[in-house]
Amino acid sequence: MGKTLAEKIIGEHAAGEVKAGQIVLARVDVCLTQDGTGPLAVRQLEKLGLEKLANPKRTVLFLDHSVPASRKELADDHQTLRNFAKKTGANLSEVGMGICHTVINEEYVNPGDIMIGADSHTCTGGALCAFATGMGSTDVAIGMALGKTWLRVPETFKIVVNGEFPLGVFPKDLILHLIGMIGADGATYKALEWHGETIEKMDMEGRLTLSNMAVEAGAKAGLIPSDETTRRYLEEMGRGGKFREIKPDPDAEYERVIEIDVSQLTPVVSFPHAVDNTRIIDEAKGEKINQVFLGTCTNSRVGDWEVVANIVRGKKKHPNVRFIAVPGSVQIQKEVIRRGYYQTLLDFGAMIMPPGCGPCVGVYGGILGSGEKCLATMNRNFRGRMGNPEGFIYLASPATVAATAIAGEIADPREYEAELKAVGKKVVVPVTKAVKKVAKKKKAKEKAVKKARAKKKAKRAVRKKPVRRATTKRRVKKVAKRKVAKKKAAKRTMAKKRVKRTAKRTRRR
Amino acid sequence: MANTLRGRAFKYGDNVDTDVIIPARYCTAYTPQELGPHCLEDLDREFVKRVKEGDIIVAGKNFGCGSSRENAPLAIRGAGVSCVIAKSFARIFYRNSINIGLPILESEEAADSIDSGDELRVDLDTGAIENLTKGRSFSSAPFPEAIQEIIRLGGMVNFVKERLNNR
Repeated sequence: MGKTLAEKIIGEHAAGEVKAGQIVLARVDVCLTQDGTGPLAVRQLEKLGLEKLANPKRTVLFLDHSVPASRKELADDHQTLRNFAKKTGANLSEVGMGICHTVINEEYVNPGDIMIGADSHTCTGGALCAFATGMGSTDVAIGMALGKTWLRVPETFKIVVNGEFPLGVFPKDLILHLIGMIGADGATYKALEWHGETIEKMDMEGRLTLSNMAVEAGAKAGLIPSDETTRRYLEEMGRGGKFREIKPDPDAEYERVIEIDVSQLTPVVSFPHAVDNTRIIDEAKGEKINQVFLGTCTNSRVGDWEVVANIVRGKKKHPNVRFIAVPGSVQIQKEVIRRGYYQTLLDFGAMIMPPGCGPCVGVYGGILGSGEKCLATMNRNFRGRMGNPEGFIYLASPATVAATAIAGEIADPREYEAELKAVGKKVVVPVTKAVKKVAKKKKAKEKAVKKARAKKKAKRAVRKKPVRRATTKRRVKKVAKRKVAKKKAAKRTMAKKRVKRTAKRTRRR
Repeated sequence: MANTLRGRAFKYGDNVDTDVIIPARYCTAYTPQELGPHCLEDLDREFVKRVKEGDIIVAGKNFGCGSSRENAPLAIRGAGVSCVIAKSFARIFYRNSINIGLPILESEEAADSIDSGDELRVDLDTGAIENLTKGRSFSSAPFPEAIQEIIRLGGMVNFVKERLNNR
């Protein structure tokens, strides 16, 4: 019988072949925790007396939920993780480096990996065809120490997506649409597996958004087969060698198949206080908004910023709306600065916070006032999520956020046709350290080549004169110089001796 | 018998998420004692005032959805709740509850028919749920032996400790 992606990947990490429904002990490749869940993981390991990590090089502790620390308790939690990293050799992603789910995929996760993370959105890694899933602190702590975890091999829903996205409709709208359709528990315990021509054509940023929100339908993982796009992304991130093509078997068994034609989609908005409480834009328009938020592990990448920058460029933010923007990682931050989107958003009236989770969890800034409404690119709109149970959170794509910031109420991004058309023309690739390294190397190489050419030219010019004469000339000059120096030195010693002698004579007298 | 629980029901609806079970602003605390007083505070401010040791939360589908915070089942335990009965549980919450030793039971009929204030008796060995107020009983699938053992020992940490000691 054929295997789904989940069965294939888990099977490679367990003893022998596995089938949906089975409970297996599986090897773990990558572990992550963050400043909210990490301290408890550390505490559990201390309780267990387990101090060594199975694989410290692929264990990453992120400081991202409250950065820089907003309260002394959180600052202490940061210290706990820093000390633990020092003690165990685990990697630490410091404050300001970015959101765990953004950075972990930029720098650590490879196709075919099993990753467990003490954060529900760990499933983002499914975009790279890694079996990535969120767990609690204790589960991840044990995974970190023993390098293993128990998993129930999930049944899989096959989501087949075809058609071309209409202008102004994005992968975020697709995933909100799916969750609205199957419900917030529609895929509990299951894996989602994405297929179809729309997914094949989709860039990595869009795929990361889809996989990120798998958990909002209750799913354990959101997997996308690895392909050329995956290979290119890994190459850009400096891990081209880690690419592996992984596809499900053609006769794999799926519990359910859902087909979606995106050419029929419109922008979607989730209303408070549930992700599956979705409405199409026409039913959402006109809702007055106090705050918009571009950020989080769902939508804070370069392409998201590009869409927003294109729509708001040269326009004025509505005076009744506050606009908070948070780049997902420092790499993204540098790139949006380089491309001018940062400036565009500042000119528009946005306030930009350092890379991290920002206001998404309600522990760091951007907390809503009672009765206030926020339209965000977040993945979750639960009551109290942004720090106030009396606040209201709406979810949408970055484009809808931009249109809303201009209008002061939920607005349809499709009205910005020319602006949106300009977006598609550039291929959006987040620039990372690796890419920069390559660019730097290239520049250095070019410089070296230029230098070498100049040298050759100079040599050729010199060669026209008799070479030997030039050398002897130099040598003669050198010898002459040395002779003069020797004479000078001799003179100096003579003078010193004379001084000494006169000094002796005077003393004798 | 230690594996029989008795308490009053506190009933809630579908999709009770971890953000309302314990808001992130309290998640710098890790002990049930510290977390308990804030349990469900954004959903029902009266809950912690009225709940008594041994009481039982009854809810609809997808209980515990959202964040992976283990502080959520810890807060429920800290509030004195002896077990949670729901139509269904979110995946991560399910694992976390076992790991910290909070018994949870899935039963659609029980969740439908129980009302707030009903007196309940639960047998964890058999999965039997009795509504003493209404005189009705329901069945649910009990945890397998190994998982009951984890809950009996108070959670995963104690379980692994014992395993490591017995090696």
